[in-house]
Amino acid sequence: MSLTGFTALELGKKIKVREVSVKETAAAFLAAIRNRDQTTNSFITVDEEQVLKRAELVQTQIDNGSLCGPLAGVPMAVKDNICTKGIKTTCGSKMLDQFLPTYTAEAVRNLECAGAVLLGKTNMDEFAMGSTTEASYYGAARNPWNERHVTGGSSGGSCAAVAAEECPFSLGSDTGGSIRQPSSFCGVTGIKPTYGTVSRYGLIAYGSSLDQIGPIAKNVSDCAAVLEVISSWDQKDSTSIQRRDLDFTSALLDDVAGMKIGIPRDYFDDGLDAEVRAAVLEAADILKERGAQVEWFDLGLVKYAVPAYYVIACAEASSNLARFDGVKYGYRTGEYEGLHHMYKKSRSEGFGLEVKRRIMLGSFVLSSGYYDAYYLKALKTRTLLKQEFDKAFAIYDVILGPTAPSTAPALGSSLEDPMKMYLGDIYTVSVNLAGLPGISVPCGTDSKGLPIGMQLIGDCFQEKKIIRAAYAFEQSGTYRRSPLACGAIE
Amino acid sequence: MANMISDETIAYVGILAKLELSGEEKERAKKDMEEMLDYMDQLNELDTSDTEPMSHAFFMQNVFRKDVVTNGDGSKDTLANAPEKKDGGIKAPKTIG
Repeated sequence: MSLTGFTALELGKKIKVREVSVKETAAAFLAAIRNRDQTTNSFITVDEEQVLKRAELVQTQIDNGSLCGPLAGVPMAVKDNICTKGIKTTCGSKMLDQFLPTYTAEAVRNLECAGAVLLGKTNMDEFAMGSTTEASYYGAARNPWNERHVTGGSSGGSCAAVAAEECPFSLGSDTGGSIRQPSSFCGVTGIKPTYGTVSRYGLIAYGSSLDQIGPIAKNVSDCAAVLEVISSWDQKDSTSIQRRDLDFTSALLDDVAGMKIGIPRDYFDDGLDAEVRAAVLEAADILKERGAQVEWFDLGLVKYAVPAYYVIACAEASSNLARFDGVKYGYRTGEYEGLHHMYKKSRSEGFGLEVKRRIMLGSFVLSSGYYDAYYLKALKTRTLLKQEFDKAFAIYDVILGPTAPSTAPALGSSLEDPMKMYLGDIYTVSVNLAGLPGISVPCGTDSKGLPIGMQLIGDCFQEKKIIRAAYAFEQSGTYRRSPLACGAIE
Repeated sequence: MANMISDETIAYVGILAKLELSGEEKERAKKDMEEMLDYMDQLNELDTSDTEPMSHAFFMQNVFRKDVVTNGDGSKDTLANAPEKKDGGIKAPKTIG
């Protein structure tokens, strides 16, 4: 088997026992990127020379014993809205096409301290606004299972890169499903942690009360190992939470006996694709066979999550993106008359259609006369949605359902009808509104050969429960498939 | 369409959002916004008269720390990102007079 086929933890072990060097490992993935990225368009920036230099440095630190963790020497990819000092961080936008961060995000710094080797920065919907990775200034990412289909988004590049074995694991960000939905579409595993678990320092803000960085990998064990490293209390993020239960790998137990799993009836309405429905329910049966108590229940208010989410996310985005004004960094228009014209022209030329759409909507719902009717109403709805989850988690350990209503749509079929695209976020956005952890694990493929994902949702700070359930399901063993093994990509 | 966005509203939102839209973009923005607002109006089906708004998933309060520089002088790297610069400063259009 080629080196790129191994998981992050397997590679870490091979490097530790000197079976392979850090440089050989990095070189194998760089070659895979060279071969496959013209198909997947997963990466925006790769600096081969820097990668190999860093690999040599990490090898020295492993050799002298200063680095000995499970991810020491393992390559990684990072979504391009997460700052990396001196390495271009574009956010998928013309606005930041030339932006070189002056500091590294805390989550990446944690991984670098653990010895991970950054391969490059991955493609994404501009400013993380989109569900397909088609709204990127650098062109759409393409699904490794079928290049005529989207990767999902907004962390589409990070998920496609893992699926196509261009990296063993990656970081994404999740504001309304942006890790879980593309993980589902690309047949990989991704976790959105409880809000406040991973520092947002260095993550270019979209919806500050919703954003979380999380891991994407081939399996649950890798995700748990990466999450363990990136989770930390950080003074530089005022929303960071001090937690003592960050030993997520201790939850990798093939044991769901007695675990109470609830399936929301509302998640299986008419809008759900029949093949997705069947695969997810089959996965639920497997967990039942393994000893979990699985039952249906009414979650309630499900249809209000998407409208509440888009009011809140757009409002926060309009405020967060006000900083891109062409003054200190980022794109500045060539010709202008005075300061305000420079602001307006730079922003209008620097932002793409979907970003402008959301800034306009956000500005509107926050404007006087509409604030109470839309923004305040959405914040109150958020309280009601949280109460529904509180009621559910008083009974169940884990909520199980689909990650997305369908498998990956064909390229070019989503952006023209944004409402349809937004409705695709129905199972993921409420998790962000309530600050909960969620994981997407592959649970089958449809008749077109495209992957299907199952989502497991936990109560706040209960990542271990969803990791345990996901791991036990994965151990049942039938769904670990790769687009390379299936011949979908060479 | 229940919501009608007028030309004046789109112009006003453009001022708030600091965006300059072309005629075609304005028409598109009106249509998109009307559609989204109609959809968002569904929230009015919920009685929230006794509900507190929730801006964050958890209780948040201001976090203070001592104002001590820990990251050294980054002015050179910061300036390298400036669209225009002059004499060690960022150059911007005249703001007064």
